[in-house]
Amino acid sequence: MPATAALAQPPTSVEDVTAAPQFLWRRRVLGLVVVLAALLAALFLSLLVGASMKTPAETWQGLVHPDGSEASLIVWTLRVPRTVLAVVAGTAFAVAGALIQAITRNPLADPGILGVNAGAGFAVTVGVGLLGVTGGPLFLWIAFAGALVATVLVYLIGSGGRGSASPATLVLAGVALSAVLGGIGTVMELFDPDTFRDVRRWGLGSVVVTDLSGVELMLPYLLVALVIALAISGSLNAIALGDDFATSLGAHVTRTRLLGIVAVTVLAGGGTALTGGIAFVGLMVPHVVRWFTGPDQRWVIAYSALAGPVLVLLADVLGRVVVIPSEIEVGLVTAVVGAPVLIALVRRKKASGL
Amino acid sequence: MSLYMRQRREGPEGGPGARRAVVDFGTPTLELTTRRLSSRIGVRSLTVTLVMAAIAVMIVIAMMAIGDFPLTIPDVLAALAGTGDEFHRVIVIEWRLPIALAALVFGALLGLGGAIFQSLTRNPLGSPDIIGFDAGSFTAVLVTMLVFGTRNYWTVATAAIVGGIVVAAVVYLLAFRGGIQGFRLIIVGIGVAAMLGSVNSYLITRANLQDAIAVGFWSAGTLSRTSWSNLVPAMLLAAVVVLGSALLASGLRQLELGDDGARAHGVALNRDRLLLMVLGVMTTAIVTAAAGPIGFIALAAPQLARRVAGTAGVGLASSAAMGALLLSAAHAIAVLSAMWFLPIPVGLVTVCIGGTYFIILLIREARRHL
Repeated sequence: MPATAALAQPPTSVEDVTAAPQFLWRRRVLGLVVVLAALLAALFLSLLVGASMKTPAETWQGLVHPDGSEASLIVWTLRVPRTVLAVVAGTAFAVAGALIQAITRNPLADPGILGVNAGAGFAVTVGVGLLGVTGGPLFLWIAFAGALVATVLVYLIGSGGRGSASPATLVLAGVALSAVLGGIGTVMELFDPDTFRDVRRWGLGSVVVTDLSGVELMLPYLLVALVIALAISGSLNAIALGDDFATSLGAHVTRTRLLGIVAVTVLAGGGTALTGGIAFVGLMVPHVVRWFTGPDQRWVIAYSALAGPVLVLLADVLGRVVVIPSEIEVGLVTAVVGAPVLIALVRRKKASGL
Repeated sequence: MSLYMRQRREGPEGGPGARRAVVDFGTPTLELTTRRLSSRIGVRSLTVTLVMAAIAVMIVIAMMAIGDFPLTIPDVLAALAGTGDEFHRVIVIEWRLPIALAALVFGALLGLGGAIFQSLTRNPLGSPDIIGFDAGSFTAVLVTMLVFGTRNYWTVATAAIVGGIVVAAVVYLLAFRGGIQGFRLIIVGIGVAAMLGSVNSYLITRANLQDAIAVGFWSAGTLSRTSWSNLVPAMLLAAVVVLGSALLASGLRQLELGDDGARAHGVALNRDRLLLMVLGVMTTAIVTAAAGPIGFIALAAPQLARRVAGTAGVGLASSAAMGALLLSAAHAIAVLSAMWFLPIPVGLVTVCIGGTYFIILLIREARRHL
């Protein structure tokens, strides 16, 4: 497969990465068509499928004529909010994953694996336990702050305080941090199981919401981070060649990294604050997207923003149907689907290099 | 049987009394020779092992005095000796002794299992709690308890062992690519553990409330539910594991030299490795079935023991003693916390402290690679 071959060969100049051969252009256009078609199909399924099934015609009527009928109530109070949140969270996690993979040159990086979810979950546990916060904007901000601290901490741990971290070390650092924070969080839960049961449930990762006030609160920050991500994507191509090479090519390595980490934290932190954390989306999506786009980060990030929602929507739909009339949280579905991807990646020969 | 003791920097004995050429191993060693078997034990690691085991025993005896009905340590010792107050004997022998023994035996098992896997993978991170084997055991236990509704120790233990072995086999097969490479094994293990973790979370959150509360506390790893009825079968299985590991220990030393070296020394490579893996999985499975998953002891014990004993490789006996010491200490923290504060499952103590140790280990490793 040419795209994998291009991945397997370390690029030696920026042109190798950015100047795409003809076949890659065709592939990108094809990819865009496929991703957009998949997104439409996933949106459609997400509005349609659930414990109380309506026909597509009824769903459509309920969607375009909100008249208080049963179908329109279901669509507008249950399906639309979770669909919107799934799209927002999918984009946030997928772009965060693509960014952190590029920044750390680590194909195994993912906000969930790196402990961002655990950090947010821990902060929420502390917030609920010590400050008595149960919802609203403050809840989101606390989760956000926790995710932020965890990201920085994992990066510092994984890199031993200086330099760039090796892929496996970063993953292990995330696992260790998740374990410790999860352990302390569980100790706190033992104080008062009733209060914390919801926190634990929240940490599984769910897009079930009844209103979009949280999304409205976080959306501006997520959009800014997305713009930053797209803006630095060109410099990330240079960073893929190594820090020294990138500097000699005129890229601001430190500035790019710093901006990138800010964007990752905002995206992953915001996504986690809204959903409780959906792991493996940031891992899977960029790898699938690279099939179509090749290694050019500008395309990888743009396509990830479109493909992330597809994955989260489909995982959510899957979670709704496997145990009807009950549901499985989307975070549990993505973990079951995503872990094999992680395994496949480490089995690949060039797993350590990107 | 004859016993030699050699001191460092002692010249080779060439006199008529010497039975054979003596090699200086750089450290004082005891040599144990019978007609069929001979073995060499480092004096320092032997001392350290015995001292650690003694401290562990002292800790658990001290902890037997603490509880809802406080006793003095002489009371405890008297009750253990079979004398003393009848009521004290009931408390100590029936209630607190199983928990104390569990702290020692389970800790030793975890340390042993960690040592086996870290030797096999030749990687300090290759312990069963990181590679996800205990997650496999735990899933099997959850399914047995929640779906089939049985709490019988033998059933649960069998499920835990089968679950652990199946997951171990799956992880190994997935990580195998013309050989096993340490980091690949660990990452594959983390992936499999993440999947099983999802399944476990799902099972726990969907169980009915009573089951969920029982399983919830237990899922953090706790010794407080140990009684003679589940400790005795666990100890029988533990005896099998310890015996097996002792027989295979020399083979494990050779395996550390690498496959070719071990084969050249006459080790039945695949048989020994398979048996050792089964034994290693059994260690965590036995503990998981009785006490729930107790993390990070298997990871930390062999490494700490290696540093304290000053040995080059990971020693089985010293790791087991260190495991017993660590779990006893964690048990002590849990007991003291229950007295002053609130009951904490011992597994949470080990996760918080062991996880922190793990992070330090990673930082050091990252520094070394720079």
